[in-house]
Amino acid sequence: MAGSCDYCDKEAKVHLTQLVGGQVKKVALCDSCAAEKGVTDPTGFALAALLGGESAPAPGPTPKPSSGGSRSCPGCGFTLDDLKRIRRFGCSRCYETFREEVSRMLSGMHKGVQHCGKVPEGLMEQFQRNKRLEDLRQRLEHAIDAENYEEAAGLRDEIRRLDSQEAEAGSD
Amino acid sequence: MMRFSTLVKHPADWMVGRDADDGVVLTSRIRLARNLDGVSFPGWATKEQRIETLGTLRPAVEGLDCMKEPFSQELEDLSSVQKQVLVERHLISREHAARSEGSAAVIERRQSIAIMLNEEDHLRMQSIRPGLMLGDAYAAVSEVDDQLADQLEYAFDPELGYLTTCPTNLGTGLRGSAMLHLPGLVLSDQIGQVLQAVNKIGLAVRGIFGEGTESLGNLFQISNQSTLGESEETILRRLDRVISQVATHERNARDKLMEDDPDMVCDKIGRAYGVLRHAWVIDSKEALNHLSLLRLGGDLGFFDDEVVSLCDALLMDIQPAHLQMHKGGSLGPEERDAIRAEIVRSRLQCLGHPDSHTAKTRNGGEEPPPDLGIA
Repeated sequence: MAGSCDYCDKEAKVHLTQLVGGQVKKVALCDSCAAEKGVTDPTGFALAALLGGESAPAPGPTPKPSSGGSRSCPGCGFTLDDLKRIRRFGCSRCYETFREEVSRMLSGMHKGVQHCGKVPEGLMEQFQRNKRLEDLRQRLEHAIDAENYEEAAGLRDEIRRLDSQEAEAGSD
Repeated sequence: MMRFSTLVKHPADWMVGRDADDGVVLTSRIRLARNLDGVSFPGWATKEQRIETLGTLRPAVEGLDCMKEPFSQELEDLSSVQKQVLVERHLISREHAARSEGSAAVIERRQSIAIMLNEEDHLRMQSIRPGLMLGDAYAAVSEVDDQLADQLEYAFDPELGYLTTCPTNLGTGLRGSAMLHLPGLVLSDQIGQVLQAVNKIGLAVRGIFGEGTESLGNLFQISNQSTLGESEETILRRLDRVISQVATHERNARDKLMEDDPDMVCDKIGRAYGVLRHAWVIDSKEALNHLSLLRLGGDLGFFDDEVVSLCDALLMDIQPAHLQMHKGGSLGPEERDAIRAEIVRSRLQCLGHPDSHTAKTRNGGEEPPPDLGIA
């Protein structure tokens, strides 16, 4: 059967037919696109992914909330099931939502697990300040609980000082 | 705004650029992946969200210092041949070409900076240089990155670095790569060994053309895989060192072939010259392999110096979409092979016979300094 590949214009060598949602779908691929999309073993891949999201592993354009029970990202509705399915994330906040899964995925993937390198200007200071503020607020709570008012007053001043710095930085 | 035809009328600087070692390393490229904080990644976003994100990204990208009257198009406004031409020039990815509404490409006039908007990540910015110039390429794209960081709120985490759609790009979001021409290592059967060693260091190697393990035209790409846990400088230093070592191996292999078996080398280059000068119908595989040998001949001194850049321009121009663009219509495979042969013949018509007497080895010491005036 002649014809050209659905992805480039080389001659199609691989022809696939599958039932997707009750409909017969066909795809023609040349050898290289077939290899690239992992279609060397027709039983082991889903035509749906190829027909749906145009870049194979990406999800369809409409996020669908998966069936209950699965944790989901408050930012974009991406669920743990989605992550298992596509091995990619929905938005930057997913990295917070799925922190544990991320650290499992990262083992062995890179040379390390701690970023070292470029940081967007200004962001590092902000992170450090936020971390320090969080720490101070916790200590303040403890101090109040322990009725250690002298320490609490000192901590409150320190927090105010950092807060006003942030406000200043923000108004620049 | 720059038109598509103007953009692609001339080869990019990096395609024909010259540098002391362009006999082995054709191009260096760096790409950075960046995303906006709290905004759905392109693959997960709805079409409406993608269009909205594009509305945020595009003015910032078009306003970059380096983007004076750039080429800037949404993917849906480009024909499939136009997209494919950009893919063949490595200005956009194959994945990006498959996208339409809500995705765009912004390309600097000389094609040395190309930015994909809403590819897998919100921003994929790429800088390309001729020869082995990873540091230069990084400096250029890092400057672009700094300017954009001023206007856009990047997704960044102190532990994981720049947050990307796929965890394989976390951290620096940096992929550095070089395209190498390694006919010496292929002809002397050392290629497998060398590439295996490169792999072991954690760098990825793949053929530029061809399927699976086959590599047409003896062209290979070496790139880093790890993006997290090391600084940009460390990643690039290793990449640069390994690529330089592979280039040295290639140089040595070429010298050794010329010493041990000059007849074989002359025969191969002579046959390639004969076929390319006189073929009337040539498929892309045959053309790539012969152009590779002609390029080797240019580097070894069988021809004038400019043969190397002539071959580099042809490698691009004989690819399917470039042929269709040249002819201004869609072409069947037979027509393509005929037009490919025609283009090759016309470009090579002034090329004299290969002359093994002018051939030299690196260690000969007779070689004139490279003519830098041409760049």
